[in-house]
Amino acid sequence: MSQNTVETIAPWVFTLAIFAVWEIACRLFGVDPFILPPPSAAFAAMAQYWGPLMRHSAVTLWTTMAGFALAVAFGVALGLIVGWSRTIYRGLYPVMIGFNCIPKVAVVPILIMWFGIGEVPAILTAFLISFFPIVVNVATGLATMEPELEDVLRALGARKLDIMLKVGIPRTQPYLFGSLKVAITLAFVGTIVSETVGANAGLGYLIALAGSNFQVPLVFAALILLAIEGIAMYAVFAYIEVYFTRWAFRSSMSAAT
Amino acid sequence: MSVAMRPVGGLPVEPRARHDAPGGLDSMATTVDIGDISLNYRGASGNVLALQNTTMRIGRGEFAAVVGPSGCGKSSLMRLVTGLVRPTTGDISVFGEKVRGPLKIAGMAFQNPNLLPWRKVIDNVLLPLEIVRPHRRRFRAEKDKYRAQGEALLKTVGLEGFSGRFPWELSGGMQQRVSLCRALIHQPALLMLDEPFAALDAFTREELWCVLRDLWQELRFTVILVTHDLREAAFLADTIHVMSARPGRVVMTKTVPFPRPRELDICFEPAFTDIVQELRAKIAEVRKP
Ligand SMILES: Nc1ncnc2c1ncn2[C@@H]1O[C@H](COP(=O)(O)OP(=O)(O)OP(=O)(O)O)[C@@H](O)[C@H]1O
Ligand SMILES: [Mg+2]
Repeated sequence: MSQNTVETIAPWVFTLAIFAVWEIACRLFGVDPFILPPPSAAFAAMAQYWGPLMRHSAVTLWTTMAGFALAVAFGVALGLIVGWSRTIYRGLYPVMIGFNCIPKVAVVPILIMWFGIGEVPAILTAFLISFFPIVVNVATGLATMEPELEDVLRALGARKLDIMLKVGIPRTQPYLFGSLKVAITLAFVGTIVSETVGANAGLGYLIALAGSNFQVPLVFAALILLAIEGIAMYAVFAYIEVYFTRWAFRSSMSAAT
Repeated sequence: MSVAMRPVGGLPVEPRARHDAPGGLDSMATTVDIGDISLNYRGASGNVLALQNTTMRIGRGEFAAVVGPSGCGKSSLMRLVTGLVRPTTGDISVFGEKVRGPLKIAGMAFQNPNLLPWRKVIDNVLLPLEIVRPHRRRFRAEKDKYRAQGEALLKTVGLEGFSGRFPWELSGGMQQRVSLCRALIHQPALLMLDEPFAALDAFTREELWCVLRDLWQELRFTVILVTHDLREAAFLADTIHVMSARPGRVVMTKTVPFPRPRELDICFEPAFTDIVQELRAKIAEVRKP
């Protein structure tokens, strides 16, 4: 077996191994299924409740993607503004840090108060939690531009906008795409937090509901589905990153994440 | 003499007024006139007086070199001449006009090639044409013509066939050649070089000296070359300005008498070695506080 095939199958082997250890441990030590059901029970619950699970997964997926899309649009725009000028950078950075320190779970009740139970609070929570790394990375990409390169262009009569378009924005791409991988997983966290606190659909809602009914295997089934969604979206953005910024992986310049 | 030049050495030169070597009538014309300036950097940990009483005159089409101890303000001088920073006191004029902002025409190259890794070599070379007037307006329409110019220029520096590569596929010396092409593609009347060959091995460096010598011989732009290599200065330049330790000012201006075109062999002649020794002694003297 070549090194490459080993690397391809390694993630699957590890995943299966974790499930195997989990299953064996549950049986060997006779763990109470109310505390920790074995994966077989979780998968059985998944099969039993396949319909509702799919429905709630779909809700979680689209609210997450909607919040994430908002985060990308807003994050890139704010990142460009912040990276554009040192003054804005200096002025806005502490505010953003402060904002990022607020636990988003504390914001959810306010959002529910404003927008009612439903998908909007979940979308907004996903957005609020995931835009920060995008802003920081885009701004960093612009701010770390080589001063000599800027000199070369300015001595040719380049305006700030020229420098941004020709150098700043292209060189920010690896930073941006790197941050998307982080942001998408955060967006899932945001959606689930919001759905758990108050919603009428979504995996977070299902987890809260199943938990209060002591349907522990169903809780784990929902968690496994959530993990699968997260991994799938991460993989999509990791692929997009490599596809769009191949030059950055080849040259010595490396992205922030 | 002001004639429409034919393409020389494969480089298509647009017809435009050119000027003879120093010694001709045009050498009376001053390209860069630095008149008793000072430059003060304000920093959080106090001010740094980088330049003081600095005066320098560089004629049209002249190849000038600036040497001096590290930190004496050579790079600062380059940024002043190109208008990227303003002198604290005094005035600089370039082509008879007072420098008020970035020049808009100067080609620059540094020790680090600073190529854009997402652009192919040819697109890196053509970058200035997307910015400099009047080319920027014509760039899209006449891309093919500009491309051919870029290819021709790459050929003169020995990079034929590399235009479609990415910078990371090139060695350091090759990247520096590309950087030189980028500085020259828009046929600037003023070329600023800040230690462009410092990071290269001795053989590549001498090779690039000759590349630069030939390009200059052909196009006769005005050059200011900052270097730590005294042999490089003596081989390439018409005049060498020696600067003192910080705050930097010009303490000696040495004219290099060797006729052109110069061959690398002159580096081994006693007269050449004498000049290098003289510069060396001067710098050693001014380095001491
Ligand atoms: N942006 C800046 N802010 C503050 N001080 C600066 C700045 N740039 C340069 N200096 C100071 O000005 C002085 C001259 O710097 P400069 O880079 O011009 O020297 P140099 O002659 O090019 O040196 P080297 O030969 O090492 O490249 C140095 O003492 C440096 O600390
Ligand atoms: Mg320097």
